[in-house]
Amino acid sequence: MTEVVLFNAFNGLIVGAFYALMALGLSLIINLTSVINFAHGGFLALGAYIAYMLIPHIGFWGALLVAPVLTALLGLVVERVLIRHCYGRDPLYSLLLTFGLAYVFEDSTRYIWGAQSLPFQVPKWLMTPLSTDFFFLTGYRLFMVLLVAVAVIGLFLVLNRTRLGMRIRAGTLDLEMVSVLGVNVRILRNLNFGLGIYLAGLAGVLAAGLLGLQPTIGDSLIMPSFVAIIIGGIGSLTGTLLGGLLIGVVSGLTTVFVPSASEAIIYVMMALVLLVRPRGLLGQEGMKL
Amino acid sequence: MNRVGKGLTLAVLWLLLLTMPYWMAAVGGYTELATRVLVLGLAAMSLNFLLGFTGVLSFGHAAYFGLGAYGAGLTLKYLAPSTPLAILVGVAVGTLAAMVIGALIVKLRGIYFAMVTIAFGQVFYFIAFRWSSVTGGDDGLTGWHRLPLNIGFTQIDILGHDKAYYYLVLLIFAVATGVMALLLRSPFGRTLLAIRENERRARFLGIPIERHIWIAFVVSCFFASLAGTLYALLSNFTDPRALHWTLSGNFVIMAVLGGMRSFWGPLVGAAIFVVLQDYVSSQTQNWMFFIGVFFMLVVLFFPRGVLGLIRGKRA
Repeated sequence: MTEVVLFNAFNGLIVGAFYALMALGLSLIINLTSVINFAHGGFLALGAYIAYMLIPHIGFWGALLVAPVLTALLGLVVERVLIRHCYGRDPLYSLLLTFGLAYVFEDSTRYIWGAQSLPFQVPKWLMTPLSTDFFFLTGYRLFMVLLVAVAVIGLFLVLNRTRLGMRIRAGTLDLEMVSVLGVNVRILRNLNFGLGIYLAGLAGVLAAGLLGLQPTIGDSLIMPSFVAIIIGGIGSLTGTLLGGLLIGVVSGLTTVFVPSASEAIIYVMMALVLLVRPRGLLGQEGMKL
Repeated sequence: MNRVGKGLTLAVLWLLLLTMPYWMAAVGGYTELATRVLVLGLAAMSLNFLLGFTGVLSFGHAAYFGLGAYGAGLTLKYLAPSTPLAILVGVAVGTLAAMVIGALIVKLRGIYFAMVTIAFGQVFYFIAFRWSSVTGGDDGLTGWHRLPLNIGFTQIDILGHDKAYYYLVLLIFAVATGVMALLLRSPFGRTLLAIRENERRARFLGIPIERHIWIAFVVSCFFASLAGTLYALLSNFTDPRALHWTLSGNFVIMAVLGGMRSFWGPLVGAAIFVVLQDYVSSQTQNWMFFIGVFFMLVVLFFPRGVLGLIRGKRA
């Protein structure tokens, strides 16, 4: 029993790390621009497919480096062409725009790469089980958790140590003031969006190694990511990270006891958190979007 | 618009609706498609009660639509062979859920509200999806159908005659929209407009904002679940997609497309959406792509909707 619980808890942690990675990107975008990016899952899928195309040429490690960057570049373009029209308008419009964009992404990936699941090669040595005594664990799973940790630490370093990051954080608090102080808000929003999409692309490459590739790969992750943001509290990236890991572990543990409720449990959790703390675990008081 | 013009527009609208099964074929449609326009139009109008007139965006209305659909389907399958009872149960289930969830989320606003409504919708989606022994899971709820209406002295065969079912739906639609219009004209409806225009000022006037938004949410979900029951009875089938958030998104786009500040706008939006989707999906497998592009074009170029555009030109 202990083994099963531990295994599922760890599995939940991996899934939670994905939720967190995706939710952090979403959260970055929401915090600065009030845009809920429904197409985030589509970007994730795109990152995975780009990696799939690159692997035969530059290998898994090369793809892991390059694919998220290419996805982010696409994100920069999409922001410039489409998303920017929604700034300052009712959030409804950005919701619908990215909703339409999600449809376009999903159908396009299906059209280009087919609806069926494609095999996604990760290095063999990563797939050999590390331990079968205590519980079954492949190197890939461990590696994913570590990489997510590195990415998250990197993100927090960027936000806290670099000029761009500090501007993003300041813009989250008061974009108008940042603009008055002479920061080019146009570019700031653009780069912020790209940074968010980079995280989506990275999550995509990692997820493909675990789940295989199909056009709907981002779909099952987008709703839990929203839940992670709500539970953690809008406006707090640490909260988002916490929320993502938390729902991952809880849903992993639920798999042990009530398998059929493993998906719904996170929404129940969200309801409970909202009942006790309407602003989320680490959300600031009075943060309204 | 003056009174006469308004009356004339309404007369034309109802004339079009009354004769829809007869001219639908001429424009490449069929009676079932006409019924679908009405049903989804009602759903979009119910959403707009909240979005357009209260200023609150729910992105999870499919949940109540789907609860209505499942409520009706499960009643006919397991409980009793009665169409009116199926409708009643479906509406009751959807409304009850809305009362509970509404109370939980009424303090939230804007994006937060939208996100939470989607997330709650997912709970019902997964229940329908996972509880396959009762709901049929992903394959949907089958093995039942709507039954002829017994009205004392005679029977109306709404099962065999799809035109008869259309007129039943039209009757319910007329009553529902009538009630909605009355509510919006009442002091309660005016208060909702006040909240939409300036929540802070309304609060200073002593209006209990949370209670009003809660009631508006419940009323809106009441009509959404009514539409859901009619939708399930239309196709004698329902599946988890009736609960999925993508359908909620479709409702929102219908409302925005038609014009969310106008009463009839969402019906116009639903008509355009339903006919377009029917046409595109018969032409190409990649209908999602075109619907998606269509969404983006609406947002970028017709943010005030079709009716908003017409009005804007007149003004």
